[in-house]
Amino acid sequence: MQPLVLNYLRAKKQFPHVWCPGCGHGVVMGSLIRAIDKLNYSKDNVVMVSGIGCSSRMTAYVDFNTLHTLHGRPIAFATGLKLAKPELPVIVITGDGDATAIGGNHFIHAARRNIDLTVILMNNNIYGMTGGQFSPTTPYGGRGSTAKAGNAEHPFDISKLAIAAGATFVARSTAYHVPAMDRLIQQALENKGFSLVEIFSQCPTYEGKWNKRGDAAQMLKFYKNNAIPITSQAKYTPEELQDKFFIGVLHQESKPEFTAEYQKIIEKYQIKKEFK
Amino acid sequence: MAEEIRLIQGNEACVEGAIAAGCRFFAGYPITPSTEIAEAMSEKLPEVGGKFIQMEDEIGSISAIIGASVAGLKSMTATSGPGFSLMQEGIGYACMAEIPIVIINVMRGGPSTGLPTKTSQGDIMQAKWGTHGDHYLIVLVPESVKETFYLSIKAFNLAEKYRVPVILLTDETIGHMREKVTVPDYSDIYIEDRLTPIVPPQWYKPYEITTDFITPMAPFGAGYRYNITGLTHDEMGFPTNIEYEIERKLDKLKNKIMRSISDITDYEALYTEDANTLIIAYGSVSRSAKEAVEYLRARRRKVGFFRPITIWPFPERELIQIIRRVDQIFVVELNQGQLIDEVKKVECYHKKIYGINRFDGEMITPNQIISKIRETR
Repeated sequence: MQPLVLNYLRAKKQFPHVWCPGCGHGVVMGSLIRAIDKLNYSKDNVVMVSGIGCSSRMTAYVDFNTLHTLHGRPIAFATGLKLAKPELPVIVITGDGDATAIGGNHFIHAARRNIDLTVILMNNNIYGMTGGQFSPTTPYGGRGSTAKAGNAEHPFDISKLAIAAGATFVARSTAYHVPAMDRLIQQALENKGFSLVEIFSQCPTYEGKWNKRGDAAQMLKFYKNNAIPITSQAKYTPEELQDKFFIGVLHQESKPEFTAEYQKIIEKYQIKKEFK
Repeated sequence: MAEEIRLIQGNEACVEGAIAAGCRFFAGYPITPSTEIAEAMSEKLPEVGGKFIQMEDEIGSISAIIGASVAGLKSMTATSGPGFSLMQEGIGYACMAEIPIVIINVMRGGPSTGLPTKTSQGDIMQAKWGTHGDHYLIVLVPESVKETFYLSIKAFNLAEKYRVPVILLTDETIGHMREKVTVPDYSDIYIEDRLTPIVPPQWYKPYEITTDFITPMAPFGAGYRYNITGLTHDEMGFPTNIEYEIERKLDKLKNKIMRSISDITDYEALYTEDANTLIIAYGSVSRSAKEAVEYLRARRRKVGFFRPITIWPFPERELIQIIRRVDQIFVVELNQGQLIDEVKKVECYHKKIYGINRFDGEMITPNQIISKIRETR
């Protein structure tokens, strides 16, 4: 029997892929495909929109309706597409630089609007495609090819940013916690509203090299040792929680969704027109 | 809807024309002097079941309309100078990925923030070469509110037919001027819709090189799963680095416009048969120019008039026939001289060419044109 993911890949046309050995993005792609398969979405309906960067190359490999857009703009393209055809599930594939540096404005405004998009954000703390420059999530003091003496800036906490901007579902996982990631992506797809799944995905080629974090296996071990499920937060003292990060569903709320609300506006105008 | 005579603004005429042409999606960001278009769209679109969204900036606006066009809706945005500059990357994307969209640029004085409330024709060259790389698109320039209505329809027809961004360049004068427009019955308007594939999905090539270089476009969600990218791509829509595929793709973008140039270009010519002086003007300023021509003709001066309605691609074949017969040419523009360079490029008979320019935010009057022509004789 052939593996499940093969049913969803443009396996004969587009491979080998561009990702380096040890990259976490392929793991995320597998997870996403399993979540879509679980939900029984038709391949003809799923729309996947991506920007520019390593993670955004995913759209060429999967057999959906795929739109590979401009750097930073996938969420804006997806907003138009979703509003035009609200019945299609729209997934945005993006990275930390794509979504929070050049595309930061579109990211926060889509969250504020609460439009039904599922954003899969692969955060590797670096610009991989251009060769390892520091990104908005590179930690203070972290290194990159444009911060050889250490980063003087402070990083974004992307999940917190999304919560503050009004996202109705925010979850975090890592490339190590695969079964949890499957579930979280599935939950995000099911949420009617703006959903973000932030996934820490290792970049051994640049992030690992510049910051002496070892190979892919060592970086995955780092995720394993430092991730704390948000549900077991109470078991730890504040000292123990230092330098750790939470994974799991970080935020969930229910709020009117934009495309559904817009449909109501259309109906209002239609009634008004009848009385004209 | 029956024929209706109305007194409307140029900006409203854009909206009426766009909706008549089948526009069902608008994304925009407020900017003077184009805001009335967004305001009218926010009411008119839901009435016909269309969608309006106010985006966070102009880059978001153009991205959203490209997304909506990919979903199958006829889409447009409206802006002015600074917003038009921000939209350039999206225009390039729509050229490369061959997505039909319409952009209305109500020109104001520039550069930079410039003169938000004053008129100008300073974006003529930007409309053609604003985004990077070799690319071909269509730019239309109306001279009146009535023509704005009809060119809005034409803009959609051309965009859908050739899968290309079409820019409608109006200016503050036309945008805010009120004139009589006879809005025809919708059934009397010629509407062009984009070609959609008739082959089964497994045979569909989204960027196939056809004889007329126009490929049918499947909307997302219709069963044709394919890839769209701004990277240079092959016939299947996947990124390519192979030399002959790159060349073929860029030639496709050029040929689909340039091989159909006679279908796309439109112009107006008056009294050119016996003219020895030719006035070239476009957009709002051609109203003054026409007035000047009529005045001079009444005084037996052999003055002719030429107005490109499609400014890019430039109607050079038609213009060259007229230029042959005249002695001197005047190009009237509300800028420091942009289209005059294109006329010089076309003109190969060493005729005298003069620019009549004004760029202080006010309109050129017929008197200014008349006195300039009298001076040079």
